Amino acid sequence: MDVSVPRTLDEALAALADRPDAMVLAGGTDVMVGVNAGRQTPTAVVALRAVEELRTWSVDGDRLRLGAGLTYADLLAPDLAAMVPALAQAARTVGSPPIRNAGTVGGNLATASPAGDTLPVLLALDAELDLASVEGRRTVALRSFLTGPKRTQLRTGELIVAARVPATRPHQEYRKVGVRNAMVIAVASVAVVVDADVGVVACAMGSVGPTPLRAPRAEEWVAGRIDWGTGVPDAGVAAEFGRLVAEESRPIDDHRSTAAYRRHAVEVLARRALESTLAGVARAEAA
Amino acid sequence: MTMAPPTGTPGTPGTTARGVAGGLGESARRPDGGPKVRGEFAFAGDLWADGMLWGATLRSPHAAARIRSIDVGPALAIAGVATVVTAADVPGSANYGLEERDQPVFAADVVRYAGEPIAAVAADHPETARRALAAIVVDYELLPPVTDPELALTGEPLHPDGNVFRHLTIRHGDPTARGPVVVEGTYEIGMQDQAFMGPEAGLAVPAEDGGVDLVVSTQWLHNDRDQVAECLGLRPDQVRLTLGGVGGAFGAREDVSLHVHICLLALRTGRPVKVVYSREESFLGHVHRHPARIWMRHTAEPDGTIVSFEARIVLDGGAYRSSSYHVVANASCFAAGPYRVPNAHVEGLGVRTNNPPCGAMRGFGAVQVCFAHEGQMDKLAAACGIDPVELRLHNALDHGDHLLTGQRIDGTLPVARVIRETMALPLPEPAADELLSRPGAAGRTTDAPHVRRGIGFAVGFKNLMYAEGYMDGSEAACVLVDGLATVQCAAAEVGQGFVTLAQQIARTVLGVERVLVAPAETASMGSAGSTSASRQTWMSGGAVEQACLAVRDQLLAHVASTLGCAAADLEIVGGAIRSVPGAALDVDIAVEDAAPGVPFEARRVFHHRVTLPLDADGQGDAHVSMACAAHRAVVDVDPELGLVRVVQLATAQDVGRALNPLSVLGQIEGGCAQGVGLATMEELVLEAGKVRNASFTDYLIPTALDMPEVVTTLVEEPEPGAPFGAKGVGEPPVISSTPAIVAAVRAATGVDLTRVPIRPQDVALADRPR
Repeated sequence: MDVSVPRTLDEALAALADRPDAMVLAGGTDVMVGVNAGRQTPTAVVALRAVEELRTWSVDGDRLRLGAGLTYADLLAPDLAAMVPALAQAARTVGSPPIRNAGTVGGNLATASPAGDTLPVLLALDAELDLASVEGRRTVALRSFLTGPKRTQLRTGELIVAARVPATRPHQEYRKVGVRNAMVIAVASVAVVVDADVGVVACAMGSVGPTPLRAPRAEEWVAGRIDWGTGVPDAGVAAEFGRLVAEESRPIDDHRSTAAYRRHAVEVLARRALESTLAGVARAEAA
Repeated sequence: MTMAPPTGTPGTPGTTARGVAGGLGESARRPDGGPKVRGEFAFAGDLWADGMLWGATLRSPHAAARIRSIDVGPALAIAGVATVVTAADVPGSANYGLEERDQPVFAADVVRYAGEPIAAVAADHPETARRALAAIVVDYELLPPVTDPELALTGEPLHPDGNVFRHLTIRHGDPTARGPVVVEGTYEIGMQDQAFMGPEAGLAVPAEDGGVDLVVSTQWLHNDRDQVAECLGLRPDQVRLTLGGVGGAFGAREDVSLHVHICLLALRTGRPVKVVYSREESFLGHVHRHPARIWMRHTAEPDGTIVSFEARIVLDGGAYRSSSYHVVANASCFAAGPYRVPNAHVEGLGVRTNNPPCGAMRGFGAVQVCFAHEGQMDKLAAACGIDPVELRLHNALDHGDHLLTGQRIDGTLPVARVIRETMALPLPEPAADELLSRPGAAGRTTDAPHVRRGIGFAVGFKNLMYAEGYMDGSEAACVLVDGLATVQCAAAEVGQGFVTLAQQIARTVLGVERVLVAPAETASMGSAGSTSASRQTWMSGGAVEQACLAVRDQLLAHVASTLGCAAADLEIVGGAIRSVPGAALDVDIAVEDAAPGVPFEARRVFHHRVTLPLDADGQGDAHVSMACAAHRAVVDVDPELGLVRVVQLATAQDVGRALNPLSVLGQIEGGCAQGVGLATMEELVLEAGKVRNASFTDYLIPTALDMPEVVTTLVEEPEPGAPFGAKGVGEPPVISSTPAIVAAVRAATGVDLTRVPIRPQDVALADRPR
C-alpha cells in the first residue's frame, strides 16, 4: 500500500493527483471503520494529519474560516465555541473524547452521512466550502455540495480545504436525539440559527432525509411572526414552527428508529430550539 | 451491611480475624486486576505462535436456504491460502451442541440462520483469509425464513428434531381456584446480547500424538473439549484445552463457537492457527438472550393475596437448541416471581425458528418472566388499591414456603427483607439543573421543565446451580510447600473473580498469604463445570475449600508426628500452627517453617445435594438453592421525546455471605448496567432473521452517562449447605433492575409499557395507533 504523508496542501493535492484512487485519511473515524469491516480496501492512502494549514481557523471581517482538518475537540475550544456555539454543541455529541480528538470537520463533510452531526449546523449557517485540486480552487455552497446519502459534489483529486460561515450569529443551537445519552448516532437532529439583525430564522435537520435538510417554508413562515425588536414570537408560533419543520422532513424507517418518531422528534426539537434561541435574542435585546 | 461507594484502597492488606491478609470476607485485591487496568493482561485475542496461520469463517448471509453446491477452488487458488474446510472435512460427529448435538459444525445442505458457518479457511494473513472467504462460491436456493415462533409451532419442521425444544407444563394446586380480582397482561422482551468486550478468540496447535492443544476463551473447558473431540473423531485426552484470557462472557461463551473450526484447520495444515472474531462476527457467532412473548393472568383476594396464576411463555430459541431446554425450565419455574402462589398453571415453550440461536445469558429465563410478573404485580396493586411494595411484602416467599414446582424452600430466601432493605435506602437528590444529568444529556434535547421523575420497584429471584437432577461437580487441587500454596481448578475465570476467591479460600484455610492460582486446563484437571448459573463460588469454591482442608490436615498430621502429639491438638491460627487450648504441648510454628521442603497435596471433587427431575405436572425438588434481590429505580423522563435517564438504582441483595464485598459490588453494578441496557436500549434488531445492528455503533450498551448511581445493601443470611454460607451473586442484579426501571418510566409518563427495551417512540407516540 502506498501511503503519502504530505506536509502542505500543495503536496497533498499533488499526491492525490498522482494517485486519484487513494483513500483520503483525516481523523479516520469513518474510513477506518469501513476498512476494518472490509467495505473499503484501499491500495493507496493520502494522510492529511500533518497538513498544518488544514488545521487552522481565522476570522476575516464577519466570516469565520474553519480549516477542514479541525477536530471536533478543536471546535469545543472556548474562542471558537463563542462564535459558532451550535457547532461546538454538535461536536460535543460526537463519540467519546478519543473520537472527538481524531474526527474532523472535513471528514464529516466528505463522508456526508445524513446523520453527520456538524452538517445541520453548517447548513443552517449557509456554509460555503473551499475545495481544491491541482486543477484549481472553487467554492461550493454546502446546500448544493450534499447530493445524497454519502454522496457529494467532491471530484476525484479534490480536497475540502475549509468551510466558511458567519462569525456573528450568536443565537444558534443544535439539538440531537439518540437512544443513548452519549456516543450515539443521531436518530433526529435540528439546528436553528437566528439572525435577529435581519429578522431571519434558519433551520436544518439531520437523519430525516437522504441529506441534512433545510426547512425553507417553515423559515419563511416564522420570520414574519416574531417581534424582532424584542425577540418575542407571537403566541403559538414555536409550536406551529415545529409542525412546519416536521412537514419538510423526509424520514424513513430503519433499524435505528421509525419515520413517525423521527418526524415527531424534529417537531419537538425545532420548537424547543426556536424557543430557546429566541429567548437568547430577548435577553440580548433587553441587555 | 449497607455499603456506600467504596472508599480507600480496595484490597489493601489488612488483617482478617485469623491474622492472614487477603482472606475470606475481605475485599482482597484481584491477581489479574493490575495487569488488566494497565493493559498488560493477555486476552485470548493476544495469543501468538511462531509460524501460525490465521483462520476465518464463511457464514451464510441467508436465514433459510438449501445449499446446492460449494466451490472452494477459487479460494484455494489464492497464494497464501493453506486450506479450506467444509462439512465434508469434519472427521467425527457432524454436529455439536451444549446439551444435544443438533448444530452442524458447518452447514452441509441446509442453512437455518443468517450467520451459520459454511466453511473455514486458514491463510498466512488475516487479509488473505478474508479474500479467500470472498472467493468461495456457494450456490444457495433461498427459502422463506420462519421467524415467528407461533408460526414455527404449527409449521413444517425446520430440523429433523422438530421445532419444539421444550414444552413444559406446571400444574400446581387447585386448577379451578380463582380470586375476585383479576389482572392480565402480555409482555414482550427483545433479543439482548451479552455484548462482552473481548471477541471470541483462540489458538490451536497440532500435537505430536495426532491430537490438538487449544487455548480458547470459554466458560466451560471440559464440555468444549468433549464436543470438539467428538467432532474431530479424537479421544477426549487428545484434545487439551487451556483457558485463554477471557474478556467477559455472561453466557455467550457456554456454547462452542470457533473451537472445532480452528482445531480442524490446525490438524489439516499441521500448523498453529489463530482465529479472532471481528465485532460483527462475534454478534453472529454466539447465542443471545431469548426474545420472549409472555401472557400472564393473576387472580387475588381484595386484600391482595394471590389466589391463582396462569402463564404462557414463548421463548424464541432460534435455529439450534443450545440451552433452550433449561431456559424454558427456569422461565417456567420462576414465572410467578418470589411470591406465594397456591394455584398455578404455566405453559413454557422453547421454539425453533430461523432466527439466530439463543441460549444462556445472565439471568437465564428469570429475566424475561420477571419483567412480566413485576408488571403484573403493579397492575394487581392498582386493582386492589394497595401500595405496590406492600402488595409484594404481603405475598413474599420465605423459608418454608413452596415454589410453583411444589418444592419447599428449605434454605434462606429473605424476600421480604430485601424489599424492606431496598426501600430503606436513601432516595437521590432532586434533579440537578445540569444538562448532562438530564434525559438526552449531551444531545441537549431536554430543558429542565420537560423532565418528569418516576419511581418504580421490582423483586426477582432465580435458582443457583444446575437443576433437574443434573449431577454437577467441580474438581480442585491444592499443593502446599514451604508456605506457598498452589491452587488449581478448571473453573473459567471470565472476569467474575474466581481466581481471587480461590486465593482467599486458601489463605483462610491454610494460614498462608502467598497463593498461586494455576492455569485452568483439561489435561491435568477434571471438570469444574461451567462458569454460569451463579455456581462457581459454591461449586468450585467448595472444591477448593475441600482440597485446602485436606492439605491442612496433612500438614497438621505431619507436624504432629514430628512433635509426637496428636493432630487434633493442633490448629492453624493466623499464619501459625498452634496447639489448641488445653493441649499438653505449647506449639507456635509459622506455617511456612513447619515442614521445610515437604509438599502436601490433595485433590477433591465437590458435589451439591441431589436434585430431581420435574414430573409430568412440572412438580419436583429440581433446584438446589435460590437467591433474590429487589430494585428501586428512580428515573427522569422527557415524555414528549420518550428519552429516559436512570438516576438511581437502589438494591438489596440476598448474598448468603459476602466473601469479597468489593467483588459483590462489582457484580451488582455490572448486573445493574445490563439491566439498564435491557430496559432502555439493548436489542438485536432482526429483519427476516438477519441481524441489522451487529456493531457497537448500533447495538447500544450503557455508557457512563447512562449508568445511574447504585446504592446497595448486602443481606447476609448464610445459606445452609453452601460453602461458607455464600450464595452466587452474579445473576440477581440483572433480573429485577429492568422491571424496576420500566415501572419508574410508567410512573413518570402514565404509559402502560409492556415491551423492553423501551424505545423512544413507545413513550412519545404511545397515544398513536401502531
